[in-house]
Amino acid sequence: MSPSYLSDYAPLLIHILAAMIVAGALLSLSVLVGYRRPSREKSEAYECGIHPTGDAREPFSVKFYLVAILFILFDVEAIFLYPWAYVFRDLNPGKSLAGFYEMLLYIVILLAGYIYLWRKGALDWNR
Amino acid sequence: MMPGEYFLEHAGWIPLFPLVSAALMLFLGRRLPKFAVNLFCVGSVFISFVFSAGAVYQLAHRAAEDRFFQKILFIWIPAGVYHTTAGPLANFAADWGILLDPLSSVMILVVTGVGFLIHVYSTGYMAQEGGYYRFFGYLNLFMFSMLTLVLANNLLLMFVGWEGVGLCSYLLISFYFHKKTASDAGKKAFIVNRVGDTGFLLAIFLSSVTFGTIRFTSRGFEKLVDATQYPGMLDALNIGIASGVFAVGMPVLTAIALLMFVGATGKSAQIPLYVWLPDAMEGPTPVSALIHAATMVTAGVYMVVRMNSLFQMAPFAMHVVAAIGALTAIYAASMGLVQTDIKRVLAYSTISQLGYMFLACGVGAFVGGVFHLMTHAFFKALLFLGSGSVIHALSGEQDMRKMGALWSKIPVTAKTFFIATLAIAGIPPFAGFFSKDEILWKTFSGGEEVFYKVLWVVGVITAGMTAFYMFRLVNMTFFGTSRVEHEVEHHIHESPPSMTVPLIILAILSVVGGWIGKPASLGGVNHFERWLEPVIFSPPAALAGLAERALPAAHREPMEYILMAVSVLIALAGIWLARVIYLQREGLADRLAEKWGPLYTLLHRKYYMDEIYDALFVQRTKDLATALGMFDRGVIDGVGVNGSGALTLAICRISMWWDTWIVDGLVGLTGTLVRLGSYPARFVQTGKLQSYALVIVLGVLLLLGYFLRHAMGMV
Amino acid sequence: MTPALADAYSLAPVITACGFGILIIVGDAFLPRGGKSLLARIGVVGALASLAAVTLASRHTDDAYSGLIRTDAFSLFLESLIFVITVLVMLGSYDYLVREGLPLGEYHALLLFAASGMAVMASANELLTAFVGLEISSIASYVLAGYRRTASKSNESALKYFLLGSFATAFFLYGAAMVYGATGTTRLDVLREMFVAGRAPGPLMLLGCAMILVGLGFKAAVAPFQVWTPDVYEGAPTPVTALFASGPKAAAFALLVRILVTGFGAANATWFWAIWVSAVLTMFIGNLAALTQNNVKRMLAYSSIAHAGYLLVALAARSEIGIAALLYYLVVYALVTLGAFTIITHLGEPGERRLEIDAYAGLGTRQPFTAFCMTIFLLSLLGLPITAGFLGKFYIFDSALKAQLPGLAVMLAMNSVIGAYYYLRLVRVMYFTEPEQEWTPEPVTAGVGAVMFLTAVAALGFGLFPGPLMTFATISAQSFR
Repeated sequence: MSPSYLSDYAPLLIHILAAMIVAGALLSLSVLVGYRRPSREKSEAYECGIHPTGDAREPFSVKFYLVAILFILFDVEAIFLYPWAYVFRDLNPGKSLAGFYEMLLYIVILLAGYIYLWRKGALDWNR
Repeated sequence: MMPGEYFLEHAGWIPLFPLVSAALMLFLGRRLPKFAVNLFCVGSVFISFVFSAGAVYQLAHRAAEDRFFQKILFIWIPAGVYHTTAGPLANFAADWGILLDPLSSVMILVVTGVGFLIHVYSTGYMAQEGGYYRFFGYLNLFMFSMLTLVLANNLLLMFVGWEGVGLCSYLLISFYFHKKTASDAGKKAFIVNRVGDTGFLLAIFLSSVTFGTIRFTSRGFEKLVDATQYPGMLDALNIGIASGVFAVGMPVLTAIALLMFVGATGKSAQIPLYVWLPDAMEGPTPVSALIHAATMVTAGVYMVVRMNSLFQMAPFAMHVVAAIGALTAIYAASMGLVQTDIKRVLAYSTISQLGYMFLACGVGAFVGGVFHLMTHAFFKALLFLGSGSVIHALSGEQDMRKMGALWSKIPVTAKTFFIATLAIAGIPPFAGFFSKDEILWKTFSGGEEVFYKVLWVVGVITAGMTAFYMFRLVNMTFFGTSRVEHEVEHHIHESPPSMTVPLIILAILSVVGGWIGKPASLGGVNHFERWLEPVIFSPPAALAGLAERALPAAHREPMEYILMAVSVLIALAGIWLARVIYLQREGLADRLAEKWGPLYTLLHRKYYMDEIYDALFVQRTKDLATALGMFDRGVIDGVGVNGSGALTLAICRISMWWDTWIVDGLVGLTGTLVRLGSYPARFVQTGKLQSYALVIVLGVLLLLGYFLRHAMGMV
Repeated sequence: MTPALADAYSLAPVITACGFGILIIVGDAFLPRGGKSLLARIGVVGALASLAAVTLASRHTDDAYSGLIRTDAFSLFLESLIFVITVLVMLGSYDYLVREGLPLGEYHALLLFAASGMAVMASANELLTAFVGLEISSIASYVLAGYRRTASKSNESALKYFLLGSFATAFFLYGAAMVYGATGTTRLDVLREMFVAGRAPGPLMLLGCAMILVGLGFKAAVAPFQVWTPDVYEGAPTPVTALFASGPKAAAFALLVRILVTGFGAANATWFWAIWVSAVLTMFIGNLAALTQNNVKRMLAYSSIAHAGYLLVALAARSEIGIAALLYYLVVYALVTLGAFTIITHLGEPGERRLEIDAYAGLGTRQPFTAFCMTIFLLSLLGLPITAGFLGKFYIFDSALKAQLPGLAVMLAMNSVIGAYYYLRLVRVMYFTEPEQEWTPEPVTAGVGAVMFLTAVAALGFGLFPGPLMTFATISAQSFR
């Protein structure tokens, strides 16, 4: 492979360098040129004007994770239906419905997982 | 496969029947009733016999040059190509395969046929014994091993059978394991055989690096199979001879042949490894008949004949075989002259007859060797079974001095025994005459050198001795006055039909068995020789020196008749002598023994060979062990403590220094090094996830760095 | 046969395993608490059915799913091995699960899912499909590693495995992306054609190859990516460790061979030294670290690293006989290790208390059959003649010599000697040491006994009759022609 292969990426490299230089220059300018008069009010965490109370890193129930994970799981799998719909015609040449049945099977498998969750009580918030 | 070769196609099953039945016996036998044991064990051998007979029949229907049937059941140990003396030949592989050719045909018929008769006999003989199922289980296992041995298509599989029969022999000799002599005899047989087996194993290794294959031949595969894919030693030899790689008398060929013969001397009880066979008589008598007379001990002869191409290329090895054979023949016969235990006489006789077979092989009469092997299997099995019947009748008595005048009391046993004795003595027209005569004639005509004439003289003398000691046995057992102990006398009875019927069948075979090998000089056609001809190697024309030995028989014929007459006369002389000494002149035997005292004792004590072996090998091994023990105690520990004298102390200091610093040091150093080496590994294994990830990242960087360097090299 | 059906045939084992896994999951949801042992039975039946389905796959030996999957002798060989392993693991773990009071349903379902992932790895002919297989088997493995939820060690094991595992598989994916970027394909056979056609792709593709090696090296536990192995193996429930040491390793090696030989076969001069160095490191690290272990489970974990090194030697030979030797060794090693870990499971006692080497003292007299089987396994791992391990090592040794790699061959032999030290130590303890406290091992149950017996028979059987297996391995190795 010729060196020109890597040189295709030269504009990208230039762009990255330029961004770094500009950002760096602006930040250092503000450090060099700006005034600093810190006070107690100014050093506090910015909480939309409300006085901050307690630690931000509070533990919260693992149930949220469970719900979040389940959501992501089914969400991603539902999204998979879109590309399927896009190529639906190619999957079903002629009058066959192979692609359709395949997706049906996919949904059934999802459903099996859903039933399992339900029966195991993963959706029961009060458990 | 040609159509209608069912039995040939399934020849691989022949060893399996006894195996299945043996497995059944050894795993479930305890729970089976006796009739079921009989049914399975005897039945399986009978089915094997039927399959063998069928296969041989179908093989015989082929044209003479097509009488090979080889089939690979599965590849057993693949090992790949390697370079050999004969060049990089082909894929070396040990198959689990069978080779049925005229030679193995003879063997399987003898093994299954005689084996079947002995199984039947055993149902009668062992009827009262404990461990009935165990006995038959071992016996069937033996049949499997023996059939594997003779049907094997390569040396390694043959070795499996070889070891298998050795194991079964050990198990069966020490069948009465509560008897110390029996278990000792078993051990002796096993250990002595190991010495021979080492030779055989070395021969296999040497063959595989010399020929690149341990398969015997590439002949006999189905037409569809490309035989060049499955080269055999014979092919390698032929190619090597043609290209000049191999020549007659080449050291490597001689070495292989001699090492194989070492193996044969162990299994077939030849000098110097014969000592185990007489002791092996401790086993039940059917075992002696089957294993230590008819089949297993002939494995060495079979192996030499199987490898006849190799032996023919090594004339020196042939001479050794012939000399050892002749020497064993006469040596064992001389010991047989004075034994008083009926089975021991037969044991020495077996050793002697095996010597004949090797003599035959050694002078190039391989066919004669196999012929004698077959006839010997008939009459020696008969002799052993007959002696078993005698022992059975006399409630376990084996000492011939306590027998006599049994002829009319156990008529069937006596008559069949007599026939076998005539056969082994070489009286025409019994089987032994033809085979023994062929060996003697081939020995005499083997060459012009004095060597062959001497061998012939030894052979003839042995024939006379054989006739003498066999008739001595017959006279002492069946004729003369009864010396049977009084309480035993009442119980004398003829054996049941299960024992006598096999005797009768074997007796018939002992009469007619020799007729198929009737020499041309007696107006016969030697069918046996024709049958075996394809398996005997005929050296290519290039090796003219070898081919000369095949002399035209025509102008020697008068000589052949003379020799035949001489050997018969000598045998008759032996018989006459036995009659005079043991029947006609009471007490002559004892007087002779007294007069020739030292000689008698020498023979009776078997040339003190057991004592010599004991002194030379057994005691020396023990001494070595003791010496090593003393060295340990005395030199390394003791001397230092006692400090007897400055010199000793100094030596001991050095030795201790050596021990501590060099020996222990080396041992310790190795350990320390190994342990040190394990520290870095443990250093990494902190259990911390971060450090693990770090190691992985380091690994990634190394790998990427290396690949990048390579990649840059490509650019 | 319609194309769709033909495709389904070539994935039959995977489909069967997944189907049974889902069946167990659904069954678990509805069965009453007392009736769960039925699930274990369904699991075994499922694994056996998947094994049987390998014969279905063998009817359609060709590319399937437009080249994503390739069914050939090689994939059939490994699928058979994987499902045999699954069956044996299931048989060996039932009593353990009951003893530890662990749920039966999910365990068997996860095993089947893991096995199906491995089967996909064995037959993948394309990098992304391989990745999917890798992930399916990995995710199931992560869960299985933490299956003893209440034991902190098991949790530690699962977390370490998950974090490091996802770290490593990311490299695999990144590598696949690089290969795609450089060549425009992720199909291995297309990649090979590019090499053949002389359109040798550039450095980017080689970097991709390196990244892929990282991911697979992690899964196969070869140096320097083996660091996670001892901790994860030690913490995971012992039957799961038995699986880890055999199944995923086999699948990872399968994929490694497939990718390196089919995809990057022409670049073998590049990857050869990487494999060479890794083989040496793996052998030495595994064996040396095993020397000082007093925990049998951890010792065998290190031993399994060492064996991965031996397998790499066979790969470094870069020949058909090398691959055949690798496959042969893989079978022998997997079954023997499985047997050994099953015995550790069996003797472990509730809570896996009995894992120290001293706890095995006097086993020879207390449970002769178990001690005998363990001895066979150890001797086979050591590579003593008449055991299958000997021939396995011999074939690898032979292939290394024929590939003109005497250095590797010598180091293989050296490592066998080092291995003798710790394998024989255990044998000695079992037979010649009397225990300080009297103990009676639990009686051998049917399942554990069956696994012990079958693997011991395999260890001796393949040692005495290597022919059929070696023939299959040789045919499989010819798949890459």
